[in-house]
Amino acid sequence: MSQWVWSGLRWGIRTTRYPVRRDEAPGVTPGFPVARPLEAPLARADPYEVARLVERCPTGALLQREDRIDVDPRRCVHCFRCARDEAQPMPWSLSYEWAAATALRRAAPPPGGRDASASDAAAARLGRPFSHSVHIRVVDAGDCGACLHEVKQLSNPYYNLHRLGFFFTPTPRQADILLVVGAGADQMRTALEKTFAAIPTPRTVIAVGACALSGGVFGSSFASSAGVGSIVPVDIEVPGNPPPPLAILHALLVATGRAQPADWAAHSIRREVLTSAGGDASRRESMTPDEAP
Amino acid sequence: MERTPLAAPLPEDLSACIELRGHLGGLTHEIECHEDSLKALCVWITQTLGYAFAGLVVEQETRWSLRYLFQSTELPSRWIHVLVRGPLEQTRYPSVTEVIHVADWHEREAEDLFGLVFEGHPRLGDFVLHDDAWQEGLAPMRREFDPANAPRVRTPNPDWRPQRIVHAPGAFGMPIGPVYSGICESAHFLLETVGEDVIRALPRFFYKYRAVEKIAEGRQAEDALLLAERINGLTAFAHGLAFAQTLETIAEIEIPPRAAKLRVFLAELERLRHHTGAIAEICESTALGVAASQAAMLEEELLRISGRLTGHRYLFGLAASGGLTRDLGDAELAAVIAPARSILRQLEALERRLVRTSSFLDRLEEVGIVTQAEARAYDLVGPIARASGLARDLRRIHPYSGYGEYDFDVPCESEGDGYARLRVLFAEARQSMRLMAQALERLPAGPVRAPKPTQHARAAGAALGWTEAPLGAALHWVRIDERGAIVRYRIIPPSFVNWHAFHLAAEAFAFQDFPIILASFGLSVSENDR
Repeated sequence: MSQWVWSGLRWGIRTTRYPVRRDEAPGVTPGFPVARPLEAPLARADPYEVARLVERCPTGALLQREDRIDVDPRRCVHCFRCARDEAQPMPWSLSYEWAAATALRRAAPPPGGRDASASDAAAARLGRPFSHSVHIRVVDAGDCGACLHEVKQLSNPYYNLHRLGFFFTPTPRQADILLVVGAGADQMRTALEKTFAAIPTPRTVIAVGACALSGGVFGSSFASSAGVGSIVPVDIEVPGNPPPPLAILHALLVATGRAQPADWAAHSIRREVLTSAGGDASRRESMTPDEAP
Repeated sequence: MERTPLAAPLPEDLSACIELRGHLGGLTHEIECHEDSLKALCVWITQTLGYAFAGLVVEQETRWSLRYLFQSTELPSRWIHVLVRGPLEQTRYPSVTEVIHVADWHEREAEDLFGLVFEGHPRLGDFVLHDDAWQEGLAPMRREFDPANAPRVRTPNPDWRPQRIVHAPGAFGMPIGPVYSGICESAHFLLETVGEDVIRALPRFFYKYRAVEKIAEGRQAEDALLLAERINGLTAFAHGLAFAQTLETIAEIEIPPRAAKLRVFLAELERLRHHTGAIAEICESTALGVAASQAAMLEEELLRISGRLTGHRYLFGLAASGGLTRDLGDAELAAVIAPARSILRQLEALERRLVRTSSFLDRLEEVGIVTQAEARAYDLVGPIARASGLARDLRRIHPYSGYGEYDFDVPCESEGDGYARLRVLFAEARQSMRLMAQALERLPAGPVRAPKPTQHARAAGAALGWTEAPLGAALHWVRIDERGAIVRYRIIPPSFVNWHAFHLAAEAFAFQDFPIILASFGLSVSENDR
């Protein structure tokens, strides 16, 4: 047995410094296209080129606006078609702090308030006691396996989510966070509802991956929902197909109030979906679009 | 039409009732036969010719077309397609499950999705469409099924309970799933026992049924490829490649030599990463923490290498009809070899530590056994078949992307237990590294994508594409119309074939071995459910 002790020690510590320091290691994120203004070389005067670029997106994640092309991260599946466009490639950002709060969460009063126990929305806020001991129940509602695998990667020493006080639990009775992956297949509906109901309040629901947010490439069909939001009330959304482990880690930190959610609205994403309902957009950390080659 | 001789002459009584139609794409014999002689023909193909049943593709055209796929299990490469046709009013066909055990699940699926009845099948019903969620006789894969008119939301009955089979004094059932254990894909297993040992292990799948094959219909082939990649996100490139190959066969596209080499490189990089992850799962299931962490770290390093090289950690968005969507620089490719070699060396060191750890081996050796005879009867594929002494590998027997020119071994073990499966994973990881290095030797310059066929050259048609995915043979059948839209898409993933035999490994072993057997199978639920 001692061989394991020695080899374990010899491998040393490889854990990321995130969230204390940004993790810049290559290959930790697939990145996202960045909204771009309609200026040279993609001028407003060339509507054909703009439409052609927007239509390359298979899931409708690119949206043509009057003065820009927007990106809806909830739909992007990293097919890279827009980034690999020969004539007009979309700029690409290798960020990963993608988790955004839904309108449901933003509407919730901060924990500890007088009316905190009254509303459903308040039940979504994990208060101070949860900041360093949170248990997570993961449910697969029709995932292709990639999102689930990235969640699993959080346990490996590179990410080691235990150091931040997060633990996966097999039983929903002990869970504080319900983490859902997958598009929301109809045949998983009851299982997902039952799991959610078994989690005591306060509880937070995190939907992970483009499929869980918008149905992804599957979209809405007769056998699955376009996202799990129609089955359980989602508080935090993590876009990506799949979101890398760091993005999921960021979502967990957001859920416990230890990181600021991404402000997609500041990057002119589909406003009706992600614009703050009464929030303080100025205080939110915005995504830094460091452009990829 | 030219008649290519098969390995053995057809028996007299059969040759009268069938029509042999030579080749499709050079290597395929198509035999149309009357339903009455189907069983006898299947027996002849599997037992006299020694072919393996590979799948059943049902198509609803102006008539029903039931296409039974058989593949040669040794060189020369040959496929036999047996076609049974019938008018649309006729929904009853003979079952071949009695003579070909693998056809069992294929027929059950066709019964659920097309509303066809296979006479003589021992058990039809509740399979893809769960009886507690869907009304009887919906048959969603039929042309006349209108998704818009189907009840939009199906909520399975919360009071559903699995049906017990074992009725003995003291017998009890342990239902597991669909939400169970730590982080795992949704599936249900009913373990029945009278004490320690599992007597019956009945899986119930398709909780994750997203109707991929149905929603692909009408989509442009290029967009359906995105679905193919997401059948199993962990082996996305292999599935994307199989799909792309069907389109290339239909349109008779020749891929550039550089693309063929890069495809092999990426497919093997994916296999190496997948197997490293599978090894981590097995270590995890035996609660060997340090080993699980080390394998998981190596897997993460391979994910990062993939991400840095291609942009995506799981190689999404690379496979394309005619080659690849993007080129990879020679310097970047070469820069992968050294770290990959170092990862393989660490993996080998991990293997040496594992085989010295008796507490680990005790959990794997002689646990979850699938014998060679069972593997043959269930026509298993991939590492599981090879761990049971069945040296089946499409890269060797039905080469694609130029695999025929590479020098590699097909590792094989004979015990069929968890330890044999683990050894096969390690051995295949070594072979993948060899193949990656070979693919980069004498890598030709040039384009990585064949020029798009001109509009008028776009052909309607159907073809079978295949790859040896990390989990085993992945078969994709695609029919497209002249606009390039999907008419019929049928995926026969390796997990669908191998889950069928899972009960063999789980039965007669103790309860506490179940998670280890599950991990040593390492199958995907997603690609099974589709």
